Amino acid sequence: MALTATTSKGMTFGEAGSALAFAALSFLSIIIAAKAYTPEYAFHAYLFAAAAGAAAFKIIDCYYDRPAELPPLTINGKPNYNMGPVKFGTLASVFWGVAGFAIGLLIALQLAFPALNFDTSWLSFGRMRPLHTSAVIFAFGGNILIASSFYVVQRTCRARLVGDIAPWFVVLGYNFFIVIAGTGYLLGITQGKEYAEPEWYADLWLTVVWVTYFLVFLGTIMRRKEPHIYVANWFYLAFILTIAVLHLGNNATIPVSLFSPKSYIVWSGVQDAMVQWWYGHNAVGFFLTAGFLAIMYYFIPKRAERPVYSYRLSIIHFWALIFLYIWAGPHHLHYTALPDWAQTLGMVFSIMLWMPSWGGMINGLMTLSGAWDKLRTDPVLRLMVVSVAFYGMSTFEGPMMSVKEVNSLSHYTDWTIGHVHSGALGWVAYVSFGAIYCLVPWLWNKERLYSMKAVSWHFWISTLGIVLYISSMWVAGILQGLMWRAYTSLGFLEYSFIEVVEAMQPFYVIRALGGALFVAGSLIMAWNVWKTITAGEEVAEANATQSILIAAE
Amino acid sequence: MPETYKLLAEFAQTWGLAYFVAVFLMVLIYALSPSRKSRFDAAARMPLQED
Repeated sequence: MALTATTSKGMTFGEAGSALAFAALSFLSIIIAAKAYTPEYAFHAYLFAAAAGAAAFKIIDCYYDRPAELPPLTINGKPNYNMGPVKFGTLASVFWGVAGFAIGLLIALQLAFPALNFDTSWLSFGRMRPLHTSAVIFAFGGNILIASSFYVVQRTCRARLVGDIAPWFVVLGYNFFIVIAGTGYLLGITQGKEYAEPEWYADLWLTVVWVTYFLVFLGTIMRRKEPHIYVANWFYLAFILTIAVLHLGNNATIPVSLFSPKSYIVWSGVQDAMVQWWYGHNAVGFFLTAGFLAIMYYFIPKRAERPVYSYRLSIIHFWALIFLYIWAGPHHLHYTALPDWAQTLGMVFSIMLWMPSWGGMINGLMTLSGAWDKLRTDPVLRLMVVSVAFYGMSTFEGPMMSVKEVNSLSHYTDWTIGHVHSGALGWVAYVSFGAIYCLVPWLWNKERLYSMKAVSWHFWISTLGIVLYISSMWVAGILQGLMWRAYTSLGFLEYSFIEVVEAMQPFYVIRALGGALFVAGSLIMAWNVWKTITAGEEVAEANATQSILIAAE
Repeated sequence: MPETYKLLAEFAQTWGLAYFVAVFLMVLIYALSPSRKSRFDAAARMPLQED
């Protein structure tokens, strides 16, 4: 018997409190399930009961397995990083990415060949479309944002994440939210608000997860050993904080009953529309832009082994971007019941966004100065640099489309879809792929990725896919807009709606082909990530201290 | 009601504008002042540091 333990083992307040809270939630969920108005809602309540029960069990189980002392903050003077939640988030991102892209391909094919609805409500376009957008934005994008933020904040603050249960609660709780949201769409549970479809109970759950995320992130920053807070952390912080505010504002709903999934929003009429697009556009600005700019500001300098081109520009970029974005939402409501001045305000702020957006793009690209040759040899860096180029392109296109005259042609057409995907596939997905390809060898202590050639294939296949996607949607959108506004000499509309739909068919087929290439690329990535973890070459002895650190987690 | 709107709009268009310009100028001064150059140059290398 080794009697080395110096402190007696006891449950921490966090362990006991969270285990009790989960047990209580599980109990409450069972009651709700029993009294639920609809079977779909009862199904979700059972999921909550099972997940909360499993969480309570796991927390107690981990308590019995752990040594008396909690993991130390430092080992031999070096920070004892907590990379478990980062690993989980990275893998979840790969998984949801492949799933989300595949669902996107399915709905692209449904538009080209409607028979692929299979005449079942579950697979109808109306339910699959939010499943696709949520899977790619919140599941794929959200997981890599959480994972990379936990990685970057630890490395740039030289401090271990705050809490031991809390970071796990953030990643697992977030993924549970995604499961609830996604299964809800398939079962027909939705608020019908774009990018904010999940109903009140899922929103409440996300609020708890997100506030924990904010506290873990902020607490880690406050624990930092470096006096300066690196710019990537500022972007992550803006992303976390603003998403919390947006989420609360746009989901201010009153449920019909505790036993019903249905709720009503407190805003009404055009105010509701304005709040929705204040939310919707800032989901673009703070989730899809600020968060991924944080990835850019850490991973591009790291991969290129060059300092940030201009740190001063990054500060101005940050403040200008977050200040301007918050006002741009009304451009989604041009020529609607929204007052004219609000529309014009949204348009003007969108145009002013050109400056910080391009400032950031220039900063990202110029970070490669002195290392441009690496683009030829490193396909991971190539992915990230092309992503920044796409960022510049879509942030040029966006303000242009927000101009009322352009918007009168582009709005409600596939041009918007093309614009969104040049940003989503070209910028968001590519910079995420770059981060994943960087993180996997770092996190699993591998010398390098299993196959650089596969990264190169991924890059070229999906780039071809993006080009097919966005060019077909540009042509389709402009054609659509022009056909809708064409009049005969007698003043009648030249084309009926269905004629315009028919004209779209070839472009929809080309778009689906582009999507198929993008899915193929993501499958190559998933294979490469898997092989790197299972069969990649371990880091050599010289860097072995790093492996000891991680093994000691 | 219209009076409230006019009041708020007037406030936003004068003091609001001045406030935002002042805040932005402060950001510019903070970012561009020569005394912080060496600190920012060091910060630009933060991702490259190893433990």
